[in-house]
Amino acid sequence: MRIELEKRPKVSTLFSVLSPFIAFALTIVFGGIMFALLGKNPVTALYSFFVEPLSEVWSLHELAIKAAPLILIGVGLSVCFRSNNWNIGAEGQFIMGAIAGSILPVVFYDWQSPVVLPLMMLFGMIGGALFAAVPAFLKAHMNTNEILTSLMLVYVAQLFLDWLVRGPWRNPQGMNFPETRTFGADAILPEMIASGRTHWGFAFAIVAAVLVWFMMRYTLRGFEITVLGQSARAGRFAGFSSRKMIWFSMLFSGALAGLAGIAEVSGAIQQLRPVISPGYGFTAIIVAFLGRLNPLGIVAAGLVLALTYLGGEAAQLSIGVSERVTRVFQGLLLFFVLSCDTLIHYRIRLVWERFAATKTEEAH
Amino acid sequence: MPVKGQTASGPLLAVSNLTKLFGSFTACNAINLQIEPGEIHALLGENGAGKSTLVKMLFGVLAPTAGEIAWNGEIVRITSPSDARKLGIGMVFQHFSLFEALTVAENIALSMDRNVSLARVAEEASHLSRVYGLPLDPKAHVADLSVGERQRIEIVRALLQNPQLIILDEPTSVLTPQEADRLFETLFKLKSEGRSVLYISHRLEEVQRLCDRATVLRHGRVTGACDPRAETPASLARMMVGSEVAVVTPEGTNTRGDVQLEARHLSVPARTPFAVSLKNICLKVRAGEVLAIAGVAGNGQSELFDALSGEYPVADDKAIQIRRNPVGSRNINARRLMGAGFVPEERHGHAAVSTLSLSDNLVLARNQSDRRAFLGGGFLKIIRQGAVKAATKRVAEAMDVRKSGEDPPAGSLSGGNLQKFIVGRELDRQPAVLVVNQPTWGVDAGAASRIRQALVDLAKAGSAVLVISQDLDEIFEVATEIAVISEGRLSDPYPARELSREKIGLLMGGMYGKTEGAGAAHAH
Repeated sequence: MRIELEKRPKVSTLFSVLSPFIAFALTIVFGGIMFALLGKNPVTALYSFFVEPLSEVWSLHELAIKAAPLILIGVGLSVCFRSNNWNIGAEGQFIMGAIAGSILPVVFYDWQSPVVLPLMMLFGMIGGALFAAVPAFLKAHMNTNEILTSLMLVYVAQLFLDWLVRGPWRNPQGMNFPETRTFGADAILPEMIASGRTHWGFAFAIVAAVLVWFMMRYTLRGFEITVLGQSARAGRFAGFSSRKMIWFSMLFSGALAGLAGIAEVSGAIQQLRPVISPGYGFTAIIVAFLGRLNPLGIVAAGLVLALTYLGGEAAQLSIGVSERVTRVFQGLLLFFVLSCDTLIHYRIRLVWERFAATKTEEAH
Repeated sequence: MPVKGQTASGPLLAVSNLTKLFGSFTACNAINLQIEPGEIHALLGENGAGKSTLVKMLFGVLAPTAGEIAWNGEIVRITSPSDARKLGIGMVFQHFSLFEALTVAENIALSMDRNVSLARVAEEASHLSRVYGLPLDPKAHVADLSVGERQRIEIVRALLQNPQLIILDEPTSVLTPQEADRLFETLFKLKSEGRSVLYISHRLEEVQRLCDRATVLRHGRVTGACDPRAETPASLARMMVGSEVAVVTPEGTNTRGDVQLEARHLSVPARTPFAVSLKNICLKVRAGEVLAIAGVAGNGQSELFDALSGEYPVADDKAIQIRRNPVGSRNINARRLMGAGFVPEERHGHAAVSTLSLSDNLVLARNQSDRRAFLGGGFLKIIRQGAVKAATKRVAEAMDVRKSGEDPPAGSLSGGNLQKFIVGRELDRQPAVLVVNQPTWGVDAGAASRIRQALVDLAKAGSAVLVISQDLDEIFEVATEIAVISEGRLSDPYPARELSREKIGLLMGGMYGKTEGAGAAHAH
């Protein structure tokens, strides 16, 4: 017996819709096997991982808080990935956005004004975009590989934040803890709904998703992104510049990652600490692909991946497994998402016997 | 060299009911074919007729869906090219599989047994190349060789296996007439040794000159088996195309107008190590004229197109002029706005994006030239799908583009239909200047004649048309003036009526001077 991949004559619409669901189902199955191997009852474990966090109002708010940065970053990355630019450093741009946005509440903490918050958001976007400008410049003008440069800059950002909160930006009244001042009231992103902690970052994420969806679907800019992503040569024929697209897509995704960073800090943490992200910038890559690089799909995918964070925390408490389970689930999910995409272009056939032998017998 | 293990009678290769499906598409449908020992057998057909699929099954690259292959009377299963070689089948592909950075001998050694030394390979190869009149230097690097020489490597590589059957896939499509003549001599020598040749082509004259028998394919089926010498080119074409091919009519007095497209001492350095630099190219195309640029592939055609289209602008503004505007440093859209249209050689990934719909591919080329019609919403630049779809429909109807559905992806169209759309996309704008690179490359005869006629008509209507082509038949059909490009240099233009094929062949080989008259070129 052998397994054959047969190219479909046409891209299967059915499987381009189904593939994320199949991937999610396979992740659950293999997650269950993993729990069983760890000696836990897979059903209760999966229940506490995926269902319990959805059963209470406060945990739904937590889900929205965690989904907000994932969606914001994922939407920005979708533009990048669609244009064939591989920004892997959103985590770094997230951190630099958070730092740039925190300049006002940390350095100029006396200044209380309603414009502080909008300015913080703007600074956050600029900070993220400037940090993404480094790999953009290197790719556009030095022909370096942006995957490597953007990834390496993540560590630069992480260590820079670490140095800031232990050094110049450390709270003078903070008992030597590596933290900045807590933000003033004017610098805190308010809650959206009365029932819980969900801040306006979630609204930013939804608005960004809808706007990018509109851009990709209806405008010449979206068309340019698609064309250059499919074929740089055809883009050149259309009069589009790959180099300008490197700049646009990197700055755009950097700005959204930066906005996610400052929204997270201002809305959820309300100060800077050595670590402000559980890897949102990397998880957002999975979000972008699980959402099929479609901004609306990314909203759904962001909620699913946010659930893996919550589930990891819940599973740690209720069944006593390491929170690294979260990473395992995210890894499984990415793996299955990418491999299920094969089904869109190929159909799988099991061949039990070589056809030629049977055909010859028939002929006799 | 003697031919090994040949049985006395019966066909060397007999194929019966060979079928290949790709999904629901039938590439080959119950093909029957017999090749006798010592014959040159032609496999004729348009692009997409199933010729390549058939020979890939014979050479073990593709597995047949049904049917059987008999070799010397025994039914065999060929599951890989090495199986095929062991049987005694050698193949020379249309697209060569050679490593440019390696030498000739190294490339040949790669397809041989591992335990043969490089020196022996080189020795055998140079022996064979002498015997068969295929001059080759085993130590030369492939990157430095012409396409004809590269083809010789492939042939020698196939001959080293001492095959009984050699399959050649469109071998002359890349050769000058003189190089092709040499290839034919080699093939006759192989035939005289009792070897068989399966010769794939769509060039009717060649097939008549060379082949003993011909099998004609159309839409994956055998539509004829004949002695090509007993047929006329027209009757062979009918079998291939299924209907009479319309004859392009270039006659009629074109009134020559002003110069619409001009290159003045255009020189462009090579962008990559394997590109060709353009050297001091001067050309003028007047309104009402079709200037055809002949030449063997890889002599600067694509570089010339890049410079003329503005995809890669040049430093000197005055080096290229469109309707008297210096545009050398302007980009492609600026040139389109001056009334120029462009059709590149490569359809997929250059002239069109295969995964995008036809209407999107219309926007691809016309997003600036037709922005008033196609874009709305001010700075948002929203694409007006209604206007674009209407224009797409207009183009498809004008050029008779056969497609599945209203607005299918470009990749789902056959080469000929997509090319008709790509050319029609420009014609729909009625460009004052049209630059076309290989307008009918890999296109079936019906679509080709339609496209050529459209080019001729455009010139008659008063536009300046520049056609870059490797196909001499095409050039003589459409051109009013002909120039030849060789190694990045362009010859003087000649009126199409005064130029013979021999003269073009000589010019292609680089034998040109700034002299008048055909005789003088021989003196160089």
